[in-house]
Amino acid sequence: MLAPDSKPAGKGVIAWIDHRLPIFTFMNHELNEYPTPRNLNYFWNFGSLSGVMLMIMIISGIVLATHYTGNTQMAFQSVERIMRDVNGGWLIRYIHANGASMFFIVVFVHMFRGLYYGSYKPPREVLWGLGVLILLLMMATAFMGYVLPWGQMSFWGATVITNLFSAIPWIGEDLVTWLWGGFSVDNPTLTRFFALHYLMPFLILGVVVLHLIALHRFGSNNPLGIDIKEKKDSIPFHPYYTIKDLFGLAVFLLVFAGFIFYQPNYLGHPDNYTPANPMVTPAHIVPEWYFLPFYAILRAFTLNIHIPFTDIMLIDAKLGGVICMFGAVMVLFFLPALDKHPVRSAKFRPYYRPFFWLFAIVCVILGYVGSQPPEGNMVIIGQICTAWYFIHFLVVLPVLSRIEPVKSLPHSISAPVLQQPARA
Amino acid sequence: MASKPSSSDTVVDAGKRDFISMTASTLTIAGAACAAWPLLDSLRPAADVRAMASTEVDISNIPVGEGLTVMWRGKPVFIKHRTAQEIAEAEAANLAELPDPQADKDRVKKPEWLVLVGICTHLGCVPTGQKSTEARGDYKGWFCPCHGSQYDTSGRIRKGPAPTNMPVPPYTFINDKTIRIG
Repeated sequence: MLAPDSKPAGKGVIAWIDHRLPIFTFMNHELNEYPTPRNLNYFWNFGSLSGVMLMIMIISGIVLATHYTGNTQMAFQSVERIMRDVNGGWLIRYIHANGASMFFIVVFVHMFRGLYYGSYKPPREVLWGLGVLILLLMMATAFMGYVLPWGQMSFWGATVITNLFSAIPWIGEDLVTWLWGGFSVDNPTLTRFFALHYLMPFLILGVVVLHLIALHRFGSNNPLGIDIKEKKDSIPFHPYYTIKDLFGLAVFLLVFAGFIFYQPNYLGHPDNYTPANPMVTPAHIVPEWYFLPFYAILRAFTLNIHIPFTDIMLIDAKLGGVICMFGAVMVLFFLPALDKHPVRSAKFRPYYRPFFWLFAIVCVILGYVGSQPPEGNMVIIGQICTAWYFIHFLVVLPVLSRIEPVKSLPHSISAPVLQQPARA
Repeated sequence: MASKPSSSDTVVDAGKRDFISMTASTLTIAGAACAAWPLLDSLRPAADVRAMASTEVDISNIPVGEGLTVMWRGKPVFIKHRTAQEIAEAEAANLAELPDPQADKDRVKKPEWLVLVGICTHLGCVPTGQKSTEARGDYKGWFCPCHGSQYDTSGRIRKGPAPTNMPVPPYTFINDKTIRIG
């Protein structure tokens, strides 16, 4: 029900519609006058950039789907036809292929911003959880999309990842046969991956809407990590942040265009321009770069865990790796429960800050380890970094929550700005 | 005629209402599961996929020491014509040292012919070693290039992350020159 004093927006037809469907009031409230902290830095651009990337991926993807054939005999050829014969097809495919990488880099920055400034802390825990759910859906969507060109990396990536589920005790083998729709990755697998790859972006869109509803409940966090207390702490979203987001978008699109037009295959793997061959495994299977840290965690587990003094195996190395890899994402859901420190922003957490940067470096090293063959030093480095990844969440954060002193925070968002002495 | 309401008309029997809610929700969930079943079942291997069950292979052209890879159910099957030395090494292996102990004689029908599903039991890559020019690992059998699993001349896992030996598919010798897999 409308509040008694609410006035419909606009005049004439707009007012008539708005009285019956308050879409204009909603847009004015959420996109125009929406009060936003005045001190957001450029790291706050990456949320809207993620939204733009989702739209670019959906639009370019729908156009690609009109030219693509989801059949093992024709998939590779149809992608090559898009590249050579379809008008502007090369551009649309390069936008879509590089767009996946851009989407992940933007989302990763968005997440690390949340980690640094404590955006997952009360009252934004559900907002954070929905974001992790979006990441999970994105990973599934990107994985299935990479299978569609039906190159060697498509086929063998699909084989390795679907085989992860065979590690599940008792039902694993049957589950994998069910996922495949056969006894190996083959045509039934390709057709269902195409159907799901088309579906999942719209699921992501649905969760993004929930993510935005949860965001607008309490508004954006900010670099100081303190709440909006007075009117002068905030500024209207439009025009201040619409223009800032658009400026950031322009810079981002320059980078994106640089990849599309000058290095369109830099982030891909040359083996995927070889048609899929179930009889020959490429010498070195690597996933796309955005999965490399998780791939390194998967491979880090090399021990079988037995019940002590017996031969009864509890968790073999394969299942252990799979649990670790899924656990690496799942642990993010529990982040608000693991980090209970009352101060949000790392700016006022001198103990947490170095651990944040250490964690970021560990993630980058894991990415590098994931790109290398599992030999020599890479194995042990991967194991140390995997251990630290979990120690950071399961030990460091709970301990810091207890021992890190609570520093006194600025009185308000506007106070540090307005109290600065006037410059001569 | 307005009669005085009896206690059974006015007093809410909470237990009875809970029972009705719970049975109604349970039946709704059961109904949804029944409706979902045929949809999920349709994703299992279809009849044409299941029909591709067996393959006949002429093995007379495989020289001693070399292997042939054939497709069976979309998977590579390794048929290896083992040398006397390879057979001896496979039979001499100390079972106590194996991660997945199995005697060589339990894995072959004729010692000179080894038939395996040529898929690494770790994450499904195809190991190298079918040709004498390919990497075969420390145990002279097969080597998986993905994560470094090493198999011996009986296709048993010896080193690396793979949990089990490469499986032996069901097969029969139709005659000395032909086997049927599946």
